[in-house]
Amino acid sequence: MGEHLGYGTLGYDVAHLLGAAVLVLSFVLLYQRRVGAMINSYATQAWVLTAAACWQGWAQDAPQLYLTGLLTLAANGLAIPLALHAIVRRLQVHRSIDAAMGVFASMALGVGMVALSIMVVLPTTLHSGSLTREDLALALSVVLLGLLVLISRRSALTQVIGVLSLENGLILAAIGVDGMPLVVELSVAVLVVLAFMVFGVFFFRLRARFDSLDVAHLDRVGGQHR
Amino acid sequence: MSLLADLLLALAAQVLHVALLVAAAPVLVGVVRLVKARLLGRTGPPVLQPWRDLLRLLRKQPVVAENASWLFHAAPSAHLAAILAAAALVPSFALGMASAPFADLLVIGGLLALARVILALAGMEIGSRFGGIGASREMTYAAFAEPALLLVIFTLALMVGTTNLDAIALTLREGLVGLRVSLGLALIAMIAIALAETGRMPVDNPASHLEVTMVHEAMVLEYSGRHLAMIELAGALKLLLWLSLIATIFVPFGIARAGALPLWWLGGLAAWVAKIGVLALALSGFETAIAKMRVFRVPEFLGVAVLLAVLAVVLLFVSQGFA
Repeated sequence: MGEHLGYGTLGYDVAHLLGAAVLVLSFVLLYQRRVGAMINSYATQAWVLTAAACWQGWAQDAPQLYLTGLLTLAANGLAIPLALHAIVRRLQVHRSIDAAMGVFASMALGVGMVALSIMVVLPTTLHSGSLTREDLALALSVVLLGLLVLISRRSALTQVIGVLSLENGLILAAIGVDGMPLVVELSVAVLVVLAFMVFGVFFFRLRARFDSLDVAHLDRVGGQHR
Repeated sequence: MSLLADLLLALAAQVLHVALLVAAAPVLVGVVRLVKARLLGRTGPPVLQPWRDLLRLLRKQPVVAENASWLFHAAPSAHLAAILAAAALVPSFALGMASAPFADLLVIGGLLALARVILALAGMEIGSRFGGIGASREMTYAAFAEPALLLVIFTLALMVGTTNLDAIALTLREGLVGLRVSLGLALIAMIAIALAETGRMPVDNPASHLEVTMVHEAMVLEYSGRHLAMIELAGALKLLLWLSLIATIFVPFGIARAGALPLWWLGGLAAWVAKIGVLALALSGFETAIAKMRVFRVPEFLGVAVLLAVLAVVLLFVSQGFA
């Protein structure tokens, strides 16, 4: 793939730009404190991911990537954000601000994650085309940033958004690699929807039990206090 | 064309450029105020109102506190001179002006820092607490905005191979660099820096006279008459300078090339007016839509700009390789 998608051509540049836009939106997720804004940032990330998938479909001449994009848009871009908004309304937590790590500390850690993923990906993929390498580096960064959102938040809702954005990173990796079979992407998409249903049940149980979405309450019922 | 004609042309472009900036800066402020008023459903002042205010202020006698030293008197002129010098270096309609060899981004950043320090000193001069608070806040913001600006300059220098603004604009105008992620990140960082440096909405409210929220206005509260006129003109010039800087680096299209005939300047002028107009509209819309940040959140906001600039540098290393 690296041959016709070299450095400096339009196909390469736009793919790179869209990948980086997904990454920047991960940083927005890390920066945001309000639940509603986080859901919207997540939805925007999924839309950009859709655009990236369609662009890769056109650039790699791989029609199945359009299907991936369509699935991403339907599930991650529309259904899940709408459901999350509905949950926020039902549980009446739309005003809540998630106490988390300081902005500067989490952003600095985030840049560290990006540097780490670049250090890991570049030496191991020396033989691949440059687009694959960079897309992998960007995708790994998105995954790591999703994990960072997961550990830096206290509310179950925002943690779930972290997991979902992590999965956006997986899709980004899948569309960047040439010849990733469609069945993998399909299973990832199904997994997300299933996981989301489990999360939804979890939210309501947590809320019913502790009257809060703060997962710190779960520490009390953990094994060490039994 | 002979060397002399080239030199004369460059000088003419320079003189025109400075005259244009000084004439247009208050108009730009007027346009932003008018659009903001319209967006809020008010009629708004006419576009030329800032110019009228300036002329009126120039006729008024400045009232100066008893314990003011020479610094208080000299600061407005020095501030305006530093901003004007920086503005003369940022190309508007044509590249290759007489100042092009000195138009280094680091020089521009340095001149802006100088202007800021002068004003902060003047704010503390009288000994009123309010000016001191304004000065301290301004310097706190600067401590975050300047590293971010340096990192953006570093990104551009890595990409183009020089910190000369004229050369950077020429390279980007020819599209030699292409569409780059680092450029996009640098643009976001640059916009955040510009908002902080010009005291616009999420950082400072230019229309505010509410005591606890003022930054820039608190610093210059003691000034009146022609001193205030100079400071206001410098503020307007600074806004135009930053918009021009963003336009020159990130959308350098349409700008006349060095050594082009004056006929091309007309095209460059039209492109410049269009670019600044779009940026001014975007600024007005953004300021109307967003609320001012708490003072303690501004360092976070600017810290994000620093980190985005770091990210731009890091990604630049990825695409260019570690070679």
